[in-house]
Amino acid sequence: MLTLSLILLPIIAGLITLAIKGETAKTVALVFAFAELALGAYLYKSFVPDATSQFGLSYDWIHSAGIKFSVGVDGISLILVFLTTLMVPFIILSTFGNNYKNASNLYALILFMQAALVGVFTAKDVFLFYFFFEAALIPIYFIAAIWGGENRIKVTFKFFVYTIFGSLFMLLALVYLYLLTPGTHSADINAIYEAAKALDLSTQSYLFGAFFIAFAIKMPLFPFHTWQPDTYVEAPTAGTMLLSGIMLKMGVYGLIRFILPIVPLGVDQWGFVAIILSVIGIIYGSVIAIQQKDMKRLIAYSSFAHVGLMSAGIFSRNLEGIQGSLIQMLAHGINVVGLFFIVEIIERRAKSRELSLLGGITQTTPNLTVYFIILMLGSVALPLTNGFVGEFLLLKGVYEYNAWIGAVAGLTIILGAVYMLRMVQKSMFGITSKITEGFTDLTFNEKAVLFPLSFLVIALGIAPNIFLKLTEPAVSQLLSIIK
Amino acid sequence: MSLITLIPLFPLIGFLINGIGFRHVPKSLAGIISSAAAFASFACALTLFLGFNGQPQIVHLFDWITVGTLNISMSFQLDQLSLLMLLIITGVGTLIHIYSIGYMSHDEGFGKFFAFLNLFLFFMLLLVMGSNYVVMFIGWEGVGLCSYLLIGFWNKNSNYGNAARKAFIMNRIGDLGFLLGIFLIINHFGSVEYSEVFSKIAEGGYSSGDKTLFYITILLFIGAMGKSAQIPLYTWLPDAMAGPTPVSALIHAATMVTAGIYMIIRSNIMYSLAPETLDIVAWVGLATALLAASIGLFQNDIKKVLAYSTVSQLGYMFMGLGVMAYSSSFFHVMTHAFFKALLFLGAGSVIHAMSDEQDIRSMGGLRKKLPITFITFLIATIAISGIPPFAGFFSKDEILAHVFEHNKLMWAFGVLGSIMTSFYMFRLLFLTFFGEFRGTEKQKHHLHESPIAMTAPLMILAVLSAIGGFFNFPHIFGGHASLAAFMEPLFEQSAIEHVAVDESLEITLMIVSVVAALLSAGVAYFIYVVKKTVPVAEGEETGLQKVIYNKYYIDELYDTLFVKPITALSNFFREVIEFLVIDLIVEGVGKLVKTLSSEVRLLQNGTTGYYIFAMVLSIAAILVWSLKSFLLG
Repeated sequence: MLTLSLILLPIIAGLITLAIKGETAKTVALVFAFAELALGAYLYKSFVPDATSQFGLSYDWIHSAGIKFSVGVDGISLILVFLTTLMVPFIILSTFGNNYKNASNLYALILFMQAALVGVFTAKDVFLFYFFFEAALIPIYFIAAIWGGENRIKVTFKFFVYTIFGSLFMLLALVYLYLLTPGTHSADINAIYEAAKALDLSTQSYLFGAFFIAFAIKMPLFPFHTWQPDTYVEAPTAGTMLLSGIMLKMGVYGLIRFILPIVPLGVDQWGFVAIILSVIGIIYGSVIAIQQKDMKRLIAYSSFAHVGLMSAGIFSRNLEGIQGSLIQMLAHGINVVGLFFIVEIIERRAKSRELSLLGGITQTTPNLTVYFIILMLGSVALPLTNGFVGEFLLLKGVYEYNAWIGAVAGLTIILGAVYMLRMVQKSMFGITSKITEGFTDLTFNEKAVLFPLSFLVIALGIAPNIFLKLTEPAVSQLLSIIK
Repeated sequence: MSLITLIPLFPLIGFLINGIGFRHVPKSLAGIISSAAAFASFACALTLFLGFNGQPQIVHLFDWITVGTLNISMSFQLDQLSLLMLLIITGVGTLIHIYSIGYMSHDEGFGKFFAFLNLFLFFMLLLVMGSNYVVMFIGWEGVGLCSYLLIGFWNKNSNYGNAARKAFIMNRIGDLGFLLGIFLIINHFGSVEYSEVFSKIAEGGYSSGDKTLFYITILLFIGAMGKSAQIPLYTWLPDAMAGPTPVSALIHAATMVTAGIYMIIRSNIMYSLAPETLDIVAWVGLATALLAASIGLFQNDIKKVLAYSTVSQLGYMFMGLGVMAYSSSFFHVMTHAFFKALLFLGAGSVIHAMSDEQDIRSMGGLRKKLPITFITFLIATIAISGIPPFAGFFSKDEILAHVFEHNKLMWAFGVLGSIMTSFYMFRLLFLTFFGEFRGTEKQKHHLHESPIAMTAPLMILAVLSAIGGFFNFPHIFGGHASLAAFMEPLFEQSAIEHVAVDESLEITLMIVSVVAALLSAGVAYFIYVVKKTVPVAEGEETGLQKVIYNKYYIDELYDTLFVKPITALSNFFREVIEFLVIDLIVEGVGKLVKTLSSEVRLLQNGTTGYYIFAMVLSIAAILVWSLKSFLLG
């Protein structure tokens, strides 16, 4: 029931929010989001750290076809469900300084999106997974297309078509696998794992390609990423946070849940290519980020680079790499939401995100600098911040796969420092500009987002084991399936 | 809670009080809280030192990162090496904290400054106290962060900000080497704990020249190059002088920059089995020592001279490590901490008196107005120049004696370096404190000796610089080499081979280097006191002098080799690859699909509404179907 409640609560909350007009809508949405977080925390607390799928629930969906509404939570799902429930309240709270037209629709869409995301991370039936995977796209499409920037229509259209295009390949692969299951067929993920065991290398290679395109577009990986920077820039910040903080993890999750266990031979054959593309993305994204003038675009490229490392770690197929990717998904969610919020705060006051127009903010809004630096440190993986644990394990995983590739991927810690420090200096330090000299101090709502996120950056950096211990059994089991 | 845990805890608490309460903690209290925190750590370290029984102690706090069989714990190790480092860090650290109360008294960021200083101490203590390489790495990157924050402390000045970024990024290049070294250690030994790794090496029958140990030691040394400013990663340190002067004394002279030496001494068992690495360490050290000393000859900024001097002295320490004279190098770390901290603090006192003037061409004759600063600065100058009986003489000569057994040519270069050292230091001393005052009338009027909070640390450090050599008084003068004896257990498992140096030879070597240093000081006296030469104004240097004054144009070289190409590459990726290659293909595929499916025009007319409509419709259909089957079973 717990898992189902986690999916249903945001839907109900969304419907209620839709019905309410005016200012109260956002408060109601926030209250529900916190209720969902409480459920998420309860899930975390009740979870028994072993490899089993827990809090399971299964209804017949399309009985004759063996398709079920089947959900459950194992260690891998847990960390992503927790991330989803954790970030949404802060994303909602981050909008409190803005006035949106038809605000209740926006909040309802955010909550619907949350339901779909929890669905993706808990589905145990592959068609249910696909259903949620696509369903998550609808709210974010509308959020970006309605409340986005000037070029929103063109940009979101590209985003929408591109990702739909990718998922179609996944659908084909899923249908193919489904038809391989014995008897009247089953879409249960374990049945699919079982059925896939008999596949030869060439079939696995095709399936690998189909899944990889779907997930690589979603994350995105090089060279499937060109929709991403524009979409992140054009979407309203809440949308960008949903996209980068949570939604891209659908792709990463897909790699772990689908590609690794279903097509192990395909990964033997093509994993190297995937790692090379991922590492190219790390360097390519970081190098581009160095010269960006728009803060939002800069963070977009940085996020793209970070995702590359997660993917490389996963395709290394060792415990460090996958554990690293899981803890990094949580850390990246926190950091990137925090960083986009910093940009939002600046944009509210300056009406601009151009680095060349900013500067000296620390003299007018010193607290913002403190939070910015803490989040930046998480992003550049300073030890005792959340980012370090993930990057350390990921790089260790890639290093174990191949020392030279590990060393090249390791350039991220240098390049990351180059672009992040540049961004901090150009915006926060130096003398104040015309538009920054009148900056006001942080509001209560702004602090209410930044303080908890900054706290988490450090807390997770000091005590990562509380999550690593929960996910390890599931990851070990996954690795044993592959071998 | 054990005394060991308290040591890093005090500065952490000091940081939290001043950091969170910044702008609320009254100015009078902020400096005292931080200094008290530093002193409390010192008191704990001293107590532990006095009660130390020779057995290493490990304090396990908690398991930090556990993955499979790899467990990285947050734990501390107290042994001879960490104890000595603790005493230096907290001892010199406390003095510099007290000094800063006077030095920073007019600064509006007073509380923030002390918060950062305490945070620095915390990370520096983690660095030397960790019982494994990853905790060392926490401290390693943490001090890098504090260095960044303090170099850019006056953040309105964007040049300072650039210097801060340069320091952080160059350190990160080294850190990547360190990190890869850690990975190799994990892969090979399955642990990062010193005790486990070292005992595996001791029992594992590793022979000298082992390939794995070679790679590990090289990778760790890359880390050391960054943090301890060795060629090619040294250019950040002179720029780091942008920070307030106490920061230069504490971080960029006495403690942080010696982390690389600490790391190698800590890993001496591996280095002793990697002769190729040791050769590289020795030659890089020597090259750095000479290059930096030569640049120091013509600098006119009082802090820049000292910065290059620091780079050069660190080079000597690495040269010592390269010939396995580990305890001698550590001895130099210690004496250098005394006299270089003293020199920087003395420079700070001068800058304070000169109303923030740092150019020695505008100084002169300050010895009458700043007598305490002058006397202490003089002591430090004699100490660093290697003139007996002050501290630097003993430590530097120990290193040079070991270098002599190893390689005579290297020794000769080493002596050349000390000739330059003596010259640039006495040049600095004479131009600053002797002759006539060359500054403005206003500056002259303002000249004053610094307050007691600043002069007291100077005097204490002066005493240490004078007598520091006796901590390891050599056998040939009837001493017991107590420091070396104390450190002996650290090298028990290490395959060190030393040829005993003949006593009369050792004395001859000493005489050669002392005479050379004295002659060099004499030449400086002749040029800058007797002839009253003042260095030419900016841009008027010629020939070799110009090249050296401009630091051999290394910064410009790096700019051409790395910064500009990466900038160009960034633009190329964004403008060409992104738009003209990838996106064109993506859009091309889109157009192709569009053309091919012109039959189904309705779906392909580019109106998103249809897509959404179709999608919502199908999802609704699925929902209805599922609801039906759910209700009807």
